Amino acid sequence: MQYKGFLFCARSKEIKYSCSCQWCIYNQIKQSACTFAAMSAVMITRKVTRKWEKLPGKNTFCCDGRVMMARQKGVFYLTLFLIIGTCSLFFAFECPYLAVHLSPAIPVFAVLLFVFVMAMLLRTSFSDPGVLPRALPEEANFIEMEIEAANGNVLAGQRPPPRIKNVQINNQIVKLKYCYTCKIFRPPRASHCSICDNCVDRFDHHCPWVGNCVGKRNYRYFYLFTLSLSLLTIYIFAFDIVHVVLRSVDSGFHVVSLTPHCTVLEVLVCFFTLWSVVGLTGFHTYLISLNQTTNEDIKGSWSGKNRVQNPYSHKNIIENCCEVLCGPTYPSVLDRRGVMLEDSTSPNPSDASTHKSSNPVSQTTVRQHFL
Amino acid sequence: PADTFHNLQELHHSASLATKVFIQRDYSDSTICKFQTKFPAELDSRIERSLFEETVKTLNCYYGEAEKIGGQSYLEGCLACATAYIIFLCMETRYEKILKKISMYIQEQNEKIYAPRGLLLTDPIERGMRVVSFANTWDVFLSVGTTLKELCTIYKL
Repeated sequence: MQYKGFLFCARSKEIKYSCSCQWCIYNQIKQSACTFAAMSAVMITRKVTRKWEKLPGKNTFCCDGRVMMARQKGVFYLTLFLIIGTCSLFFAFECPYLAVHLSPAIPVFAVLLFVFVMAMLLRTSFSDPGVLPRALPEEANFIEMEIEAANGNVLAGQRPPPRIKNVQINNQIVKLKYCYTCKIFRPPRASHCSICDNCVDRFDHHCPWVGNCVGKRNYRYFYLFTLSLSLLTIYIFAFDIVHVVLRSVDSGFHVVSLTPHCTVLEVLVCFFTLWSVVGLTGFHTYLISLNQTTNEDIKGSWSGKNRVQNPYSHKNIIENCCEVLCGPTYPSVLDRRGVMLEDSTSPNPSDASTHKSSNPVSQTTVRQHFL
Repeated sequence: PADTFHNLQELHHSASLATKVFIQRDYSDSTICKFQTKFPAELDSRIERSLFEETVKTLNCYYGEAEKIGGQSYLEGCLACATAYIIFLCMETRYEKILKKISMYIQEQNEKIYAPRGLLLTDPIERGMRVVSFANTWDVFLSVGTTLKELCTIYKL
């Protein structure tokens, strides 16, 4: 392989150069993109490691990195079972009667609502909530140096001061805390989830029912899930009652003996679900109108003590709702499906090794080298 | 060849950054993506202040446009919601389109301004949108060479 000013000899596997001006160096870096692309095609056929396999944190990944969830999924399966089970009973037993005696639009609307609920649930559970990748060694060292410079000399035996950065947002001082696990200063509103062991941007809470954290990227799907589930529960509950009433009107008033078992089951499930899900929807509607997260609400960050107010709120309910629900769809900054190069087994004592990262688990990635 | 390598390496080390330089986020305007335009001292001898500031300001403009909450974002949001967000499986969001524009811009800036001065700018998306980093082209070049070598060894290419 030959490039303008440089040679990469495929036989000796070395770079030989004739010119070392910055333009030629840059060109060689650019040309290497083509080499990597060609090599990637070969690598992929030989089963490469994708980045998600080596991501720190306690997440589970499926479909070769496309799906991202928390480790404990038991409660999520329960949620799926309850929703699908109750709806199946409704479609199988109630809908034929209601479609004939009232209107065929009833099951149609129920199907649409059910599809929407499932889509929102799966989107919340399977997407990246807004995980912040951990700092690479160079960035972590840079931040450490900055901290040491800011703190000055600490006398031996004294505890070093806590790592906090003060930032002013909308005329309010906000403290950014340093995360010892991720080695970064957490951006405002980010928090570290101990269950998933990741820092998540605009962290709301970790929801076991959904099997994932709820953060910046999936909060609106979570809210729409609770809202549509409330509507679905109310819908099924209401039409179950209507069904029972209609049946008893049709064939005498023997309500108890005529009520089939599945209707009773559905009514029970809906009754208990109603209280929790409708309550949760109401709570999140309140949070959205104030532009607060569950995390901030629990900690009482903006409760008004010491004249502390929420600097992120637009002071207008409509604007707050629009920002949370109709804001831009943020991309995932975790590159889960990128190709990863594993560290070679034999140690390389040449000069080039001094330029490798000092990370003991030294892994380089195909994309990283151009930047 | 081994000698040439050594001398050139020393030559480049004399005019290079000791470590990468990281430009941090500016949170003064709430949580929107914005980078500090303060000129770092380490870049003093490598690049003119005005060029650096222009690059960072343009990047901030691009991110501001991507995160703007206005007519287009409402339309996109409502349309997507009506289709239960299934439309996002086929359509590219506005943010993704602007991210592509940003990476084209960074590549252009590297070619025109930074590479001739021996610096390379990273795309913030590679670092979780936390920092913009500057590295020496020479360091990147050497690590590229090392990686190519390792790839050949591992995959027997």
